[in-house]
Amino acid sequence: MPGIDATFLALPHRRLGDLALARAADLGASHADFRFERIRSQRILVRDGALQGAADADLVGFAVRVVHGGAWGFASGVVLTEDEARRVAETAVSVAKVAAAMTTTPVELAPEPVYDDVTWVSSYDLDPFEVSTADKTAVLADWTIRLCRGSAVDHATASLYAVQENKYYADLAGTRTTQQRVRMQPAFEAMGGTSEVFDSMASIAPPVGRGWEYVVGDPSAGAWDWEIELDEVPDLLAEKLKSPSIEAGRYDLVIHPSNLWLTIHESIGHATELDRALGYEANYAGTSFATPDQIGTLRYGSPIMNVTGDRTVEHGLATIGYDDDGVATQQWDIVRDGMLVGFQLDRPMAALMPELSADEGAGRSNGCAYADSPGHIPIQRMANVSLQPAADGPSTEELISQVERGLYVVGDKSWSIDMQRFNFQFTGQRFFRIVDGRLAGQARDVAYQATTTDFWGAMEAVGGPDTWLLGGAFNCGKAQPGQVAAVSHGCPTALFRDVRILNTTEEAGQ
Amino acid sequence: MSAATPQELVERALAASTADDCVVIIHDTTSANLRWANNTLTTNGQMSGRTATVVSFVASGDSVAAASTSGSATTVDEIAGIMRAADAAARLAEPAEDANPLVRDRTSSDWDEPATPTDITVYDAVAPALGEAFGRAAGAGRLLYGFVDHAVTTTYLGSSTGLRLRHVQPTGHFACTAKDTALTTSAWLGAATRDFADIDPLALDDELARRLAWAARRVDLPAGRYDTILPPTAVADLMVDTYWYAGARDAWEGQSVYSQRPTGTRIGERITAPGVHLMSDPALPDVACTPFAVVGSSDSERSVFDNGLPLARTEWIRDGELTSLIQTRHTATMTEQPATPYIDNLVLEIDSGSGTIDDLVAGTERGLLVTSLWYIRLVDPQSLLLTGLTRDGVYLVENGEITGAVNNFRWNESPVDLLGRFTHASATTRSFSREWGADYFPRTATPALRIPDFNMSSVSQAM
Repeated sequence: MPGIDATFLALPHRRLGDLALARAADLGASHADFRFERIRSQRILVRDGALQGAADADLVGFAVRVVHGGAWGFASGVVLTEDEARRVAETAVSVAKVAAAMTTTPVELAPEPVYDDVTWVSSYDLDPFEVSTADKTAVLADWTIRLCRGSAVDHATASLYAVQENKYYADLAGTRTTQQRVRMQPAFEAMGGTSEVFDSMASIAPPVGRGWEYVVGDPSAGAWDWEIELDEVPDLLAEKLKSPSIEAGRYDLVIHPSNLWLTIHESIGHATELDRALGYEANYAGTSFATPDQIGTLRYGSPIMNVTGDRTVEHGLATIGYDDDGVATQQWDIVRDGMLVGFQLDRPMAALMPELSADEGAGRSNGCAYADSPGHIPIQRMANVSLQPAADGPSTEELISQVERGLYVVGDKSWSIDMQRFNFQFTGQRFFRIVDGRLAGQARDVAYQATTTDFWGAMEAVGGPDTWLLGGAFNCGKAQPGQVAAVSHGCPTALFRDVRILNTTEEAGQ
Repeated sequence: MSAATPQELVERALAASTADDCVVIIHDTTSANLRWANNTLTTNGQMSGRTATVVSFVASGDSVAAASTSGSATTVDEIAGIMRAADAAARLAEPAEDANPLVRDRTSSDWDEPATPTDITVYDAVAPALGEAFGRAAGAGRLLYGFVDHAVTTTYLGSSTGLRLRHVQPTGHFACTAKDTALTTSAWLGAATRDFADIDPLALDDELARRLAWAARRVDLPAGRYDTILPPTAVADLMVDTYWYAGARDAWEGQSVYSQRPTGTRIGERITAPGVHLMSDPALPDVACTPFAVVGSSDSERSVFDNGLPLARTEWIRDGELTSLIQTRHTATMTEQPATPYIDNLVLEIDSGSGTIDDLVAGTERGLLVTSLWYIRLVDPQSLLLTGLTRDGVYLVENGEITGAVNNFRWNESPVDLLGRFTHASATTRSFSREWGADYFPRTATPALRIPDFNMSSVSQAM
């Protein structure tokens, strides 16, 4: 496994951090932290065998956050000089002074041990930035050429988004952390149609906290099996184009992890963020039906529902050693036996409600602070929130066999949920009809719609560990100014009874 | 190493490049924001950043390869590193399918000017008024949640073919949600601004209080199709999606609502009601935007070869007829249409539109007034079917008066279809898309629309 990038370590992060923190302390800050980040990214787009665009970015900057006079102050800059480090610290304090007049609840931070100069690197083998762009483009181009050989495929696209994120964090208490993580999102999609119908079929490969080995490695060692999927997708698209439009109504659903991860993200992940529940996102991302007064009493779903928050799982997109508050990351329960038992916290949130701490009410954050760049203030962001499998649970085939009339849902597509996380609507890549316990071909124009607690209450069975897959997203949006975060969600295949299915063509009035 | 000016960065990069051609784009941005919840400030900040994007072009025989590299750049060493990376990437890149001659020889009259900044003092008048609004709301049993943001981005675009273009873009907005202390009623207001001189937090708090009072009567309605009035903010939400999915290549290849399948576009076809005009124009004063193409990396709708291309008023829909789609010079040859690049503003005008949203309410016998839409996502590209929610204020209109607050709904609708079946429109005004205005598309002007049978697909319990 690679170590921390030497070119990041050569940047003046420690010197600037020491100066900025010292200046903030001189100006009377009761808390100050300094983040120095470098974010390398690359996007490659290929369409029908031809390169459409390739772009690399290497963004470097730093931020100073202070608590001064009971109020937050935040400032950031990109000029890597000692004068600028001091100036940014001074700006953060001056911003806090403006803010103090409008702050009626003084800022407090939950306690956390000091970590004296620790390092952490995510788990990957092949740094995608060490592989030539030409080699990566060739793989993507080959994918689209192979897809276009399918009789029903008119066009195909493929893309790669890779990120290497380096962070140095230091605060007045003495914590110093230096970290590195890598993530990748390879994807492809085939499109086809007739004069009457157009549709597409995409890969269901999840984005992951892995390196280039995810594309070229051995599937038995964690790489995605691209060969199988490249062979299957053209035929799946051809079948989909000829499949019948769904009859709207109520169906039992067997949902594959490639679709269910997104339903977990929207209806559990966001709903159990304490900042949302307390109104901190009320003007933008929304609040939550799950409020802290319902801990231990809110029946979130059926008794087989067990959900954890986890910033430590290997290859998770939200996995890291220490968060952007300087907190060592953890794993904890959010839903146990169907009951709400936990929330996601950062240090300010944990200080507001210490009784919600995972450490038996010790008032400690569970490590969910994150900022997507040095230009943004850290806020409470999502851990890897995952549904646990049943230890000796059924296979996907066994779950399908329990359905008389239903749908087997594979792959994500469209998603939407209301601002308190009640009402949602999702589509998917593939909806296979289930008749008398067997798959009976695909259906088109399908969306499923439900209310969160009704849906999870209707979960009758979860699959075994062999059905479990870590899905996720690169682009979860939250906060003002807007930030994006990458997050993973693991889950098994699961069976839901009596869910409302819409025909999207009828919804469009056509 | 001391910081260089943006112009120095451009010239040093162009001089250092070993590619056949190159384009250098500098974005210098400063911003300041205040965020609040539960009648207290929560976070805030003042940020500054400067990014450079270098696009290098390397010719080989009849083809040209292009690659771009971006990075934080304040010194000549940093820009030199970005330039070297872009040149190296272009030499290894595949031939670009969108290759075209680079735009040549134009200079902005203000090219030599420094970047225009903003800072926290932009709120010198707004911040004290906000503090007063927090106190007043707390005393009256209201909770305020909101955000103000102001950013100024100065863009410099230089090229080896003689472009020296500069544009200053101020962008700001105010948005505030109010709730009663029981959290059972919610109202929202949002507005775009260039400088905050036109934002009065106390007046906005007054209006939020008025809207919360409308909820004194609560009416629960089931899912169904309702006569629905969408204000300019909600129409902006829908028009942004209508525009974003108007890529010429996707349409040409049969993948959008603008497609003539299996191959071709619907350009020249009437796709909405007569009298509907959807356009972009960088010179419109209230929504003025960058008047030349700025493209860091090519995709289906933008081409790095088009950097610096002058942008002019473009009618996407004229009198109900689809007249243009977003296209590069490359896709223009594919569709045999003029190149009509992406422009960063959007205006919807209706020939019959007049008056205000209050006039639409006054003319409605029974219907819904929806103040904002949320979580809008594409369900089906063939029809441009979108789904989303109503949020923070759905009101019952009876006999031309607002008579109560209604539960929220999930809706499923196609905006292209809505433009074919609305019955009334107000005059066009500056608007602010709640879904997309803050982070992605802040410059819109739209009317309010009344739709006779808006599809409220199910009830949302959210309050």
